[in-house]
Amino acid sequence: MTPTGTALTLGGHFTYFITIFLMIGGLFILIARGNLIKKLVGLGIFQTSVYLLYIAPGKLVGGTAPILSDAFTVYSNPLPHVLILTAIVVGVATLALGLALVVRIREAYDSIEEDEILGLDAGPVRHEEAR
Amino acid sequence: MRNDLVLRVVAKLLIPFILLFGLYVQFHGDFGPGGGFQAGVILAAAVIFYGLIYGLADALKLVPEAVVESMMALGVLIYGGVGVAGLLLGGNYLDYFVLDSNSVLGQHRGIFWVEIGVATTVSGVMLKIYYMFADRGNVDE
Amino acid sequence: MAFTLLVIARSRNLFGVIVLSGLYSFLMATVMVAMDAVDVAMTEASVGAGISTVLFLGALYLCKSEEARPLHKPWLPLVMSLSVGAVLIYGTLGLPEFSDPKAPIHVHVAPRYLNEMKQEVDVPNAVTAVLASYRGYDTLGETTVVFTAGAGVIALLRRRRKSPVA
Repeated sequence: MTPTGTALTLGGHFTYFITIFLMIGGLFILIARGNLIKKLVGLGIFQTSVYLLYIAPGKLVGGTAPILSDAFTVYSNPLPHVLILTAIVVGVATLALGLALVVRIREAYDSIEEDEILGLDAGPVRHEEAR
Repeated sequence: MRNDLVLRVVAKLLIPFILLFGLYVQFHGDFGPGGGFQAGVILAAAVIFYGLIYGLADALKLVPEAVVESMMALGVLIYGGVGVAGLLLGGNYLDYFVLDSNSVLGQHRGIFWVEIGVATTVSGVMLKIYYMFADRGNVDE
Repeated sequence: MAFTLLVIARSRNLFGVIVLSGLYSFLMATVMVAMDAVDVAMTEASVGAGISTVLFLGALYLCKSEEARPLHKPWLPLVMSLSVGAVLIYGTLGLPEFSDPKAPIHVHVAPRYLNEMKQEVDVPNAVTAVLASYRGYDTLGETTVVFTAGAGVIALLRRRRKSPVA
């Protein structure tokens, strides 16, 4: 590609680069940190950057929000909005279940650090009380 | 937090407006941004706010556990019920055209009931999850 | 937002991390308003910055801990994240440019919805119309997912006996 061609391509894909940067950040927090709550925060950041990945291509410069009205003719694409709305709600459902699991892990192992839990798992585990 | 005067007064002033805004978002979801999910979350947030300031016992008196649990299931039932109503009236499942003689009004009716079902389930679930988390910390009872 | 991300990654005080994640959700909601996604912004602000923060704080109250100092330097996760990022960047170079009206997503289904909506559904908010009417099955599935999450949390956290004193 010619230098100006490359520059144009990079300029047009700028939103993708930002999104991928946020995605890498979320992924890094998810993998690299041992604390379970921090992992869930990283997962949330990762999910949010994926929402941006879907919504950014739907925007048309000069368009407006997809609410029909006689004053506007160009609208941004409503389809990604619908998908991401569902994704956000499913994401919070996953988060609630993950946090419930973390609370139970804390009660069973008395720690929410991944290394300590794996170490405890190798040895005897404190049994849960009889139901 | 019950003894902090500023928090109590601000909560008492804000909570009715939050509830009203939640209802506005629900019913104006057709004309502006909004709809079932946002409204359900806002309504649950109002009750969670009340529970944070005044304590879990007062929140449970306001919205008992049985009501919250039935709200969770009721919303999904309403949604499925709209679909079955479409079946009974001669169309396909979740077909809104047959819900009324004028097919556009049928769409309006279908969307209205569906959004109510969604808001009920979402607010019930959010509230129930908050109740579960808040209740778990009471170890010494 | 990048700055928030770096502070979240480095900070060990979990309370601060959770508050910063709420801030990050608010910033993301404003970005979405800039992208004309008003419904999504409202949902992200209320769900991400509201409910998520409350649930995190509730879980933190129940777990009561700070993050421990990491044992080894995170070189492998850093390299992995960066390589995944590089692959993604290479992949997205083939995608349409920002705000290209001839991109495929603007050409096939969306114009049909936007144009036919007035006589079929007559609801001005396109997102609600698509969500509740054109793609109603997806919303039914999503409502069921939310209900299942609630049922799952009940199953996990139901108290049948006194919890052991920590």
